[in-house]
Amino acid sequence: MSKDKVTLMKGNEALAMAAIRYGADGYFGYPITPQSEVLECLEAEMPWESTGMVVLQAESEVAAINMVYAGASCGKAVFTSTSSPGFSLMQEGMSYMAASEVPALVINVMRGGPGLGTIHPSQADYFQACKGGGHGDYHAIVLAPSSVQEMADFVGLGWDLAFKYRCVSLILADGLVGQMMEKVTLAEQRPRRTEQQIREQCPWAVNGRQGMRPKNIVTSLELDDDKMEANNLRFQATYRVIEANEQRAETVNVDGCDYLMVAFGSMARICMKAIEIAAERGIKVGLVRPITLWPFPVDKLRDAARSVKGILVPELSAGQMIEDVRLALDCVVPVVHYGRMGGNVPTPDEILNALTNSFPELQNSK
Amino acid sequence: MELNEIIRPENRIYAKPALLNEAHMHYCPGCSHGVVHKLVAEVIEEMGAAEYSIGISPVGCAVFAYNYIDIDWLEAAHGRATAMATAVKRLMPDKLVFTYQGDGDFAAIGTCESIHACNRGENIAIIFINNAIYGMTGGQMAPTTLLGQPTATCPYGRRADLNGYPLSITPLLSQLDGTCYVTRQSVHTPGAVRKTRAALKRAFENSIACRGTSVVEVVSTCNSGWKMAPERANEWMVEHMFEKYPLGDLKVNDK
Repeated sequence: MSKDKVTLMKGNEALAMAAIRYGADGYFGYPITPQSEVLECLEAEMPWESTGMVVLQAESEVAAINMVYAGASCGKAVFTSTSSPGFSLMQEGMSYMAASEVPALVINVMRGGPGLGTIHPSQADYFQACKGGGHGDYHAIVLAPSSVQEMADFVGLGWDLAFKYRCVSLILADGLVGQMMEKVTLAEQRPRRTEQQIREQCPWAVNGRQGMRPKNIVTSLELDDDKMEANNLRFQATYRVIEANEQRAETVNVDGCDYLMVAFGSMARICMKAIEIAAERGIKVGLVRPITLWPFPVDKLRDAARSVKGILVPELSAGQMIEDVRLALDCVVPVVHYGRMGGNVPTPDEILNALTNSFPELQNSK
Repeated sequence: MELNEIIRPENRIYAKPALLNEAHMHYCPGCSHGVVHKLVAEVIEEMGAAEYSIGISPVGCAVFAYNYIDIDWLEAAHGRATAMATAVKRLMPDKLVFTYQGDGDFAAIGTCESIHACNRGENIAIIFINNAIYGMTGGQMAPTTLLGQPTATCPYGRRADLNGYPLSITPLLSQLDGTCYVTRQSVHTPGAVRKTRAALKRAFENSIACRGTSVVEVVSTCNSGWKMAPERANEWMVEHMFEKYPLGDLKVNDK
């Protein structure tokens, strides 16, 4: 494929194709709906014959995340993808990778829970993704794509950020973005890094004591309390830098708007349509779409919310991101939740009705 | 003749391997880990493989193996060492990759990863220390604890009706198509140590040559957990462990 060739593909396929193009070293995953196309697409593409990338169907999500942990510890660009129940199984590995400061990419194409739940779209893993999920004080950078193009683009962005900060990047998509087909333009094929390049870029990596350099150890264990506290302070210092540098959000029609919607992923796409309909009815509604869910785009949200009368936070959950919206705004603006669960996805009209029902002064504009 | 004249390099017939550093080991006196650690360091050194060897240490007593042997190491989550080794070897096929795991790590919490890595025929060496007890956490029942053997969590002895049977996992692994070399050894006598040394070297060579999965079980003592003097622990192992876990090669298909 040439650089600018536009292809029609599923969000999940875009993840796989973008990873090969990035020069990924390995994928380790376990099938689970609605993201199995990632592994299927990789196996069909056979990148081990073109770029030398490793693709392995693991025996479980637990094994897959620990394979990623190992590959990341070797300085390799490795990733896995899963959906909500599998993501729960991966939380221990996420915690270990954060504690070991290794760069990895993890993708969760969310489905409805809790439990085995449903195979249909959901955004109910927001807390799990943004507030830790596994044990201990840690964060992953959380990217929320809302289009197939962003599914492709965030693979590279995720790895770049992971290697920059030696942390885990998480693409938090939902079943809708994973399954829908859209036009996408893939980046040019990049070569995989050589072992020598990895040795230069990741001097901490476990890849053998070539030249009898001092040994490298990747571990999350430290039994000396003061040293472990120092490790934690170092992690936190990195998180503060990430918070300062990496907040990302898209804003639509926020200048002069009276009301604001804050939504991410596929829900933001539906809100786009809702604010169009609202404009036709004379209601000025803007949208803030967080692209990084962690770090949460506090600054852009505060700017956009400065003079609005109210905020609606539509989510495919019982209301999770809304807590971060309220925290960011110190409750100075009324913030109302609207959500669907169980795999249900609302229509634009449904969201607009939620807005007008939430704020009494809009009752007459229906 | 002065001592220094006798102990000259050309007169030496034995030395501590240089890869085994001076760090003070945390293992209890009498524990088998120290002997196996020395053998691992010695064999890697003899093979000239220190520059391309990667070890995966477990959760359990050997968690700090990385502090003692001067090669690159990963420290796995409990039970996941063979999953990690799988990725390391597939991503860097020219390396010597091995795991070092105890019975709880390898044969309880990690059984799924252990069996599947062996079944895929990952080109790794697995060193499996079976001392029939959880050492690090303070002497609890292991999957390999013998019937009647008391531990902190079966204080009146393991009972089949309450606790199930001891798991002899290496014969299971020897039946899998992916394994090329499965052996059970011990380190309680000089002769046994030499056999274990040869087994480790063979397993490491198999990893480098990508012949499939090698498993070296080392039936071991845990005199602290067993609450015995080291010498008595060795006797108890011979008297009780070898019946359930007989020594010898279980599979040799690595040529």
